[in-house]
Amino acid sequence: MTTVARLPWDSVQTAAHDLSSGYDVERVRADFPILRESARGHKLVYLDNAATSQKPKAVIDAIVHYYEHDNANIHRGVHYLSERATEEYEHARRVVQGFLHAARPSEIIFVRSATEAINLVASTYGRKHVGSGDEVLITAMEHHSNIVPWQMLCGEKKAQLRVAPINDRGELILEEFEKLLGPKTKMVAVGHVSNALGTVNPIAQIVKMAHAKGIPAIVDGAQAAPHVAIDVQELDCDFYAFSSHKVYGPTGFGVLYGKAALLDAMPPYQGGGDMISSVTFEKTIYNKIPHKFEAGTPDMSGAVGLRAAIEYVNRIGIENIAAHEHELLEYATEKVSAIPGVRIIGTAKEKAGVLSFVMNGIHPHDIGTILDQEGIAVRTGHHCAQPVMERFGIDATARASFALYNTKEEIDALAQGIQKVQEILG
Amino acid sequence: MADLRDLYQEVILEHSKAPRNYRELKPADHKAEGYNPLCGDRFTVYLQMEGDKIRDIGFQGSGCAISKASASMMTQSLKGKTKAEADKLFERFHQVVTGQESNGNQTELGKLAVFSGVSEFPTRVKCATLAWHTLEAALEGKQEASTETE
Repeated sequence: MTTVARLPWDSVQTAAHDLSSGYDVERVRADFPILRESARGHKLVYLDNAATSQKPKAVIDAIVHYYEHDNANIHRGVHYLSERATEEYEHARRVVQGFLHAARPSEIIFVRSATEAINLVASTYGRKHVGSGDEVLITAMEHHSNIVPWQMLCGEKKAQLRVAPINDRGELILEEFEKLLGPKTKMVAVGHVSNALGTVNPIAQIVKMAHAKGIPAIVDGAQAAPHVAIDVQELDCDFYAFSSHKVYGPTGFGVLYGKAALLDAMPPYQGGGDMISSVTFEKTIYNKIPHKFEAGTPDMSGAVGLRAAIEYVNRIGIENIAAHEHELLEYATEKVSAIPGVRIIGTAKEKAGVLSFVMNGIHPHDIGTILDQEGIAVRTGHHCAQPVMERFGIDATARASFALYNTKEEIDALAQGIQKVQEILG
Repeated sequence: MADLRDLYQEVILEHSKAPRNYRELKPADHKAEGYNPLCGDRFTVYLQMEGDKIRDIGFQGSGCAISKASASMMTQSLKGKTKAEADKLFERFHQVVTGQESNGNQTELGKLAVFSGVSEFPTRVKCATLAWHTLEAALEGKQEASTETE
């Protein structure tokens, strides 16, 4: 195999982000070209990171570099470029392995998104192991992507979807969760961090409870990957899903981690090229993992982009990022909850990156429009978590979500914007 | 640049806070539920007909200031109108909120012309038209309307 040439920005940026003198958010911001954009005549204040994050130059450059220097189809050519492209792709897999602290690279499967990762598990492991009368247990704070695939599976198999409740702060009630783990439970599916509430779930404890009853657990890590350090071996989860675009990588790319023994025993997801060892019209021998689950030509540039994103996050350090975001969240919570008529939705003790709120007599959609006129991007609506809205007796919230490049000044702008909302509509 | 005061005109704010005809009609000759999956706005429109004429109209539900005010003002402008007249009015209203109609020619719309500011905010067009889509569904005897046809 050829070795991958170290790209020039690696060493440059390592030097740029020496954090010994503290977190330099302005230096971080300089890495993200889009942050120089203005919106509606104002400086862009991007607080919709839970929907998708912006991309550092290193990621954009890595994708361009891939297409300018390395592009060829992978795992099949004997020629020079194919070898290079394959090495780039497999190098990305090892980088993701490191990011998740997985035991081996073959446990990392590249997919389109966290959504596809969950669908993959539901339609392979799920179809094989969930039968009539069985149960799948989820929580009341799940994103639609960790509800609907299980609902579809349960519908098909005449199984039951059970839902563990949350309290008024938006925390999973662990005792209730444990009670719902029964002899019929065949799968536990739980989000690491709630996209609508920001709650961080105690995954290690949840997995331990499930394993005590012999039940496997899949974790939807879409909202966790940009905010918390992930060690799948320490969590001991059986599957872990996340999306590249929420962790500063490109869209349309995602990761499924699975324990090798489980992946080996699972039927394939889609049929096609690359997932086979040999094909005759009588019989097909499937390839070994991870390739068994990667039918067709994948998004090679996506893998390269995600690799660059993880390397970027690693250079800054996920602990430093988490500390910075925690400071922002505390500051924002204090500022926003001090405004009369504003109520924060989701007040868990352990939170990451998300501030959801409602205002007395003012619909979130109107909040969103007025903030937008100030150049402030927030999400408004049900956040693909309609059952969460129902739990809190609301139709929608406005949600500010934070990333490593956000500043306290931006939160001041948000608070001023909310005050303007009240002036106009209050 | 779009001006928020064009969107949130006084009369719109006033209707959103104190919507008119905000009630269920019992019995209703027609009723339909309208839903905007984007923002979760949901309204039910009730109709009592007298032949082809709308004798009474009411609505209930929840939504943003624009959608609620639009529903309220729609009910005010439709009492006594025929189905054909209602269709025509919606067509004109739609043209105005989507910016296909210049501001000069709005006499037929009457008070509804205050929604012309919506055309500067493309993401809010569906808010302004939700009640109207629901009305159309009700008039055609359908139970449900969605803004996703917009």
